Amino acid sequence: MTFFLQQVVSGLAAGGAYASLALALVLIYSAMGLVNFAQGEFAMFATFIAWGLMVNLHVPYALAFILAVAFAMAGAAAIERVIIRPFERGPQLSIVIVTLALLSIVNGMAGFIWGYVPRPFPTPFPQSPVVIAGVYVSIQDLGVIGVSIVVLGLIYVLFNRTKLGLAMRTASLYPDSARLLGVSVGGMLAIGWGLASGVGAVSGILLAPGLLLEPNMMQQVIIYAFAAAVLGGIESPVGAVVGGLLLGVLLALVGAYIPALQDLRLAVALLLIVVMLVVRPSGLFGQAHTRRV
Amino acid sequence: MAATAAVPGRRRTWPRKDLVVIGLVVAGVAVALPFVLPGYQALEMSYGLIFAIAILGLNILTGYTGQITLGHGAFIAIGAYASAIAQTKLGINYLVSIPIAAAVCGAVGFGVGIPALRLEGIYLALATFALAVAAPSILKKPEAITGGVKGIILPPVTSSTDLLSDDQFLYMICLAITVFLFVLSWNILSGRTGRAFRAIRDGDLAAVSFGINLASYKTLAFALSAALAGVAGALYGIATGFVSADAYPFQLSIALLVGAVLGGLGTLEGAVIGGFFVVFLPIIAQQALGAIDKQVANAAPTVTQGVLLLLVMLVARQGVAGLVRMGYHRLRLRLGGRGSMAGVAARETEQAGPL
Repeated sequence: MTFFLQQVVSGLAAGGAYASLALALVLIYSAMGLVNFAQGEFAMFATFIAWGLMVNLHVPYALAFILAVAFAMAGAAAIERVIIRPFERGPQLSIVIVTLALLSIVNGMAGFIWGYVPRPFPTPFPQSPVVIAGVYVSIQDLGVIGVSIVVLGLIYVLFNRTKLGLAMRTASLYPDSARLLGVSVGGMLAIGWGLASGVGAVSGILLAPGLLLEPNMMQQVIIYAFAAAVLGGIESPVGAVVGGLLLGVLLALVGAYIPALQDLRLAVALLLIVVMLVVRPSGLFGQAHTRRV
Repeated sequence: MAATAAVPGRRRTWPRKDLVVIGLVVAGVAVALPFVLPGYQALEMSYGLIFAIAILGLNILTGYTGQITLGHGAFIAIGAYASAIAQTKLGINYLVSIPIAAAVCGAVGFGVGIPALRLEGIYLALATFALAVAAPSILKKPEAITGGVKGIILPPVTSSTDLLSDDQFLYMICLAITVFLFVLSWNILSGRTGRAFRAIRDGDLAAVSFGINLASYKTLAFALSAALAGVAGALYGIATGFVSADAYPFQLSIALLVGAVLGGLGTLEGAVIGGFFVVFLPIIAQQALGAIDKQVANAAPTVTQGVLLLLVMLVARQGVAGLVRMGYHRLRLRLGGRGSMAGVAARETEQAGPL
């Protein structure tokens, strides 16, 4: 039982980070109906920025964290304005290709600047575990869970309790009405990309100590984030969070109890994606869509 | 009158005379190439042809039928393994192993096509992307069959005639198979099946109301596309003499899509151009930027690929093939050829691609 609970806690920690990246995908999907395949690379780049600030400029962890997230937000908003804008109304295939181009460019740029050698990434949390009710829990895991909760809570408050959040929801649901009411729909989309990238950056920074920092760091994580988003419902922010946590726990338990599947965790995620999309494409929390003919 | 009215059915259209001339010139150059170029470049040319076959497959699914796939690298890997296992475990001749790989991949593609029927647009892209990322770890797992991390080593291809070196011989095999598959595909795509594919791409509801069976044509496109990828995979394994799951990372799937788009999505000649892009882009990018330093050289192919892709999407969505076609039609007009402006316009709308 103790072993089980330990696996659940470490699963929740990984799941919190998957949830953040999944939330990033969901924010963009629900605003524009597109999946940003470069989301993981944005997060990786921001994580490198945080690393550079801490290691080269000796900026303290908290400040580096905030600066990297701010950089991610500004960068993604600019990319939306300049690169995505011309393709907004085009066929889906065009947008998929453009985000794949961004994936290549951002990944390659990180390779240009920092190279492909994996680096350790600092963590502010002590390595020693604490004992809670007989269960050894690493403070790192607790910290990751805590940061994830705070970030996800902030996003919730933003969308449900602020005028900006209201404007963003209007812009995505009723773009024409929003324009009549004086909401800049384009601006809201750029802010949406910025927010998504910021949340994604949090995910990258939280995962980096465990994964080691290198340009291809997020390429498996993005699959887990896809799986989490599809599991919870790709249009549901709550679903993304629940899906991320569920997936984290599921993968931790699979790894711990079924050794044969330890190397096949990506395949488990793939299976989950396909089964969910075929059986219940709207996910656990989404609403089914009907198509107007 | 009624008796002489054109029978609605398949109309045989033979290529125009000028296209035949261009085709013959290209064929002549293709046959002459390995004798002009140094040995290792003949091998690179073989890789170009192999990727042209793979992109032809991707084109049938994405370019002609409009089903986004980001997972074609997985089919190439399966084809390579099928051929390698047939050769090493069953002692089958390498040439015979190629149609076996095509059949295996066609069957797998058909199988993947069935759940894919329920996935549209972006969801299919997501699922196939996950397939591409997960495929290497899945293929490594049954170690007894696939050799695990170590992979499978294949005997090198030796030339069976004194007239050709081993590399030239391999190139000729690739060339023959490529020509055969392109002619076959041209036949399929210019007939009833091809029209059904394009109808599905341009509007599936309209296609259904014209009596096109969506499920059978989509799964057919998947099977055909995967079978072509299987041939490419088998040839790739034979050419490298080594099959290992890590040789087919998801970046390969992306590179194939990049090749297809740069060459010209939804065109046959675009697939050939794209195949050579996939081989030579990394080489050229590394040579051009490698002078700066080693780290830059490592990242050069990825960045160049992304930047070129973005440029094509911004300024020339029909790819190189589209640019060449447009230039050629303009030239014919300028020279007072038979083509009229209306003809050019009609041809351009007909070729309005998937992007």
